[in-house]
Amino acid sequence: MAIETQPERAQGAGGGDPLAGHNPRPWWRRPAIHTAIVGAIIGYVLGHLLGDYLTGATGSASLYPNVVLSDSEDWPIVLGYVLAIVGWLAGLGVFNDILRQVVGRPTASGSGLPEHETSGLARYFRYSLDHKVVGIQYLVGMIIYFCTAGLFAMAIRTELLSPTQHVFTSQVYVEIVGEHGTMMMMLMSSVILGPFGNYLVPLMIGAKRVAFPRVEALSFWLTPMAFVILLSGLLLGGFPFGWTGYAPLSIQSTVGADSYAVAFGLMGISMILAGFNIIVTVICYRAPGMRWSRLPMFIWSMVSTSFLMVLAAPVLVGGMYMLVMDRTAQTAFFEDSLGGSSYLYQNLFWFFGHPEVYILALPGFGIVSEIIPVMCRKPLFAYKVAAAGMIGVSLLSFFVWQHHLFDSGINPDMRPLFMLTTELISIPTGFIYLVALGTFWKAKIRFTVPMLFALAFYFNFLIGGVSGVFLSDVPADTTEHGSFFVMAHFHYTIMGGLIFAFMGGLYFWLPKMMGITLNQKLGKWQFWTMFISFNSTFLPLFAVGMAGQPRRVFEYARNLQTLNDWVSISSFFLGGSILLFVINFVWSTVIAREPGVANPWQSRGLEWQVSSPPPAGNFEKIPVVLSGPYDYGVKDAQPVADLNPPPGVLTAAISQAASVRAEA
Amino acid sequence: MAASVAEDAPVQGAAGPNHGLRIFIIWLPLAVAADIVLYFVYGPHMPPGRMSTSAASQQFDIKVMSVLAAPVMIFVLVFMAYSVIVWRHREGDDEDGPPIYGHARIQATWITVTAVIVLFLAGFGTYELAWPGFAGAGAGQGPSPIWKPNGTPLQVQVIAQQWRFTYRYPQFGGFETTQLMLPVNEPIQFNVTSLDVIHSFWAYQLGVKADANPGVNNVAYTTAIQTGNVTVRCAELCGLWHGAMFDYGRVVSVAAFKAWAARTEVKLAAVTRILPPYASTYDPTVVPQINKAMAKAGIGGANGYYYPPNDPVQP
Repeated sequence: MAIETQPERAQGAGGGDPLAGHNPRPWWRRPAIHTAIVGAIIGYVLGHLLGDYLTGATGSASLYPNVVLSDSEDWPIVLGYVLAIVGWLAGLGVFNDILRQVVGRPTASGSGLPEHETSGLARYFRYSLDHKVVGIQYLVGMIIYFCTAGLFAMAIRTELLSPTQHVFTSQVYVEIVGEHGTMMMMLMSSVILGPFGNYLVPLMIGAKRVAFPRVEALSFWLTPMAFVILLSGLLLGGFPFGWTGYAPLSIQSTVGADSYAVAFGLMGISMILAGFNIIVTVICYRAPGMRWSRLPMFIWSMVSTSFLMVLAAPVLVGGMYMLVMDRTAQTAFFEDSLGGSSYLYQNLFWFFGHPEVYILALPGFGIVSEIIPVMCRKPLFAYKVAAAGMIGVSLLSFFVWQHHLFDSGINPDMRPLFMLTTELISIPTGFIYLVALGTFWKAKIRFTVPMLFALAFYFNFLIGGVSGVFLSDVPADTTEHGSFFVMAHFHYTIMGGLIFAFMGGLYFWLPKMMGITLNQKLGKWQFWTMFISFNSTFLPLFAVGMAGQPRRVFEYARNLQTLNDWVSISSFFLGGSILLFVINFVWSTVIAREPGVANPWQSRGLEWQVSSPPPAGNFEKIPVVLSGPYDYGVKDAQPVADLNPPPGVLTAAISQAASVRAEA
Repeated sequence: MAASVAEDAPVQGAAGPNHGLRIFIIWLPLAVAADIVLYFVYGPHMPPGRMSTSAASQQFDIKVMSVLAAPVMIFVLVFMAYSVIVWRHREGDDEDGPPIYGHARIQATWITVTAVIVLFLAGFGTYELAWPGFAGAGAGQGPSPIWKPNGTPLQVQVIAQQWRFTYRYPQFGGFETTQLMLPVNEPIQFNVTSLDVIHSFWAYQLGVKADANPGVNNVAYTTAIQTGNVTVRCAELCGLWHGAMFDYGRVVSVAAFKAWAARTEVKLAAVTRILPPYASTYDPTVVPQINKAMAKAGIGGANGYYYPPNDPVQP
């Protein structure tokens, strides 16, 4: 693989003029978020009218009588969403270069990085091809999505303060449950891969760019649309089936369900794109000397997550497509009475859904494995075991999906097999603990904010993981399935694992990404309030579930009110700690802007060897990696990389590799 | 994998205290105490109780897994607490820690121990599932169950719909009632099906959970071993009123059950005549005709419907 020595130039302003980059038009004529919004609105209106026309709602006879059977606005709304997405992307200028190539004109990419793209706030609102800009875009986007979905969670807990229905109607309650679950599960799949993966992967492997900047930028710009479409479901009456969307309930539901299917499918596409770009980047863009055995553990986690995304998300996209067709075109993929099968949906959904939960877990493993060697001042214990753990988890995650269906009556004789595979997955997960405990051994642990979050990750994930073993056992699962026990289990792995790791990663890498240090004192306050209130919220829920409270209910047994109230009040404190984080984030990055030290944690990571934030092309020259990233405490350890390799080294390496390949 | 790790990095330093022994000494009494408490003190009270064979089997499973999980969790927590206290960074110490990259024996031991635990659990769970005394441990087994109890079970069809359960007793003329009545000490076969969307029949104290799928018969077995009340909840989100979809059943003596069944069979004979003949699944398209016939015969619910419309009153 040839090494790209010229960084990909960001695309110039859109429009037809290839010289636009040199002679910029006024800001409001250049494609950015405002033109995208205009495009989305125009697209939605067009799509809606088209749908009305097709179904004959405009007064004319229907062109396709069958589709009218959907007896509602399904067609106009789905077509409106689809054209809104197209309009949004067109408004962003996504298609500009493609169209230029179609008509045989030079693209803007070759004409150099225009001044206005390298600095300033405006680039964060554009279809930027710089992976560092995309990383920041993802970061801010994910925080917004997370907080929105978190507010829904607090609304759920408000309702559960009382064992009878009291605040929300059943309609509103079930809408809130669906929005919270779906938003968290679909958007948080990129909470680490999006910001940290896109920003740091090239820096950590010594590359000047990612493999597919357009694909990467597209993967981000689909997420705001997925977010808005999902939220728009509230205007259409919401959807009453949680994040799983089991057919036939999802087919029977009103138009709000269209927002679920389109948004989830769209996010599936975003996941495929994001994962694909990371895989190719890591395989093809590693600097010379960055062997697989020197890859930082975070990169291993990103690669395994990306493989899961690329292989699992297509099943989701297919499933959502079939769901939309069942709702609009009156197909019967999931209609038992018409020859379909509701089991088919469950299979499709969980074949995606189980890898999905590891898409949510693996990035957390990567971040904590990256933080602990730095803060322990020791090499990562058993590097190969850690990498094997991540690969093992990813492989096994495709063979366990039916443990979500133990009581469904599907393949009852296969349950021992799925019990076995599910329990096997705790072996590679256990590797992550072996690595952590080995790294703590005789370490010099520094209790910085990132390290606190990493330690909390191991604590929380231990509870989450062990409760997962209880769920994998079919007899025990008969009681636990569909109860608050499950809900507590996956909140321990996702909130306690993924989100704690995300916070740790943010405190760890924000000095790198923005050149700004988050307030450490507020950070410690946030950590302790978050850690205590998180455990106080979710630990009692194991007991609540075991005592017989099913998920997603608004009425429960009166004797469980004390526990539920305790949980609800804790969850408000948990919300408060997240508020503390938002305050700290806004205060530190917007108001205080305290410049960070170049390498505040004295990390050996390659990403810390360049200035913070890194220059436009990351590295002036492609570095030559000399040693592994975790050689702490090694006397006369080699520097991690030669950032200024003598001329000729690269060319020699490339030609040598080429000749080896030619011989082979 | 483990063999390739350098052996030249001894975990035990030549000098200093034996940390491994210390951790072991802290861990052992904690683990033993936790296991004793979990098995003997808390164990008999663990959910879901011992009202039926399947509930008892689940309780035993949860007990065994707790006894295995507690020492593992305590080990990790003790190790982490010990590290945080003993190996924390001291002020003015700018040296890095010892460069330990791995330790083949420890890695191999860890992998072996976790693998043994996991394989034991999988084997144990399979045995619990298949043993005839537990007969599938109360979980839904689909239309053709492979793990059955001994003897001829009492058939109870559970018909789930938005948002209530109805029960049908085919061995007593096939009457349908919203009252769940079960005999003690007799094997029971629940045939769970649905009229509309996916529900899940969860009889908590009996340790029975089976999804109700439209057009599918999902069989679950249990044998109640105590009399008492049973809470039935829907455990699968089924729409707006999922949160209010629950009722209560009763386990009574065999004689009381037989008397109740005979009484109810006679009482509901006029209704039963209108119902379609018993089948393992229920075709929802007949429901309007049933309602019409019921209304014509002047029987059924308060508003003339045997299957009330999908809009329950405010609970």
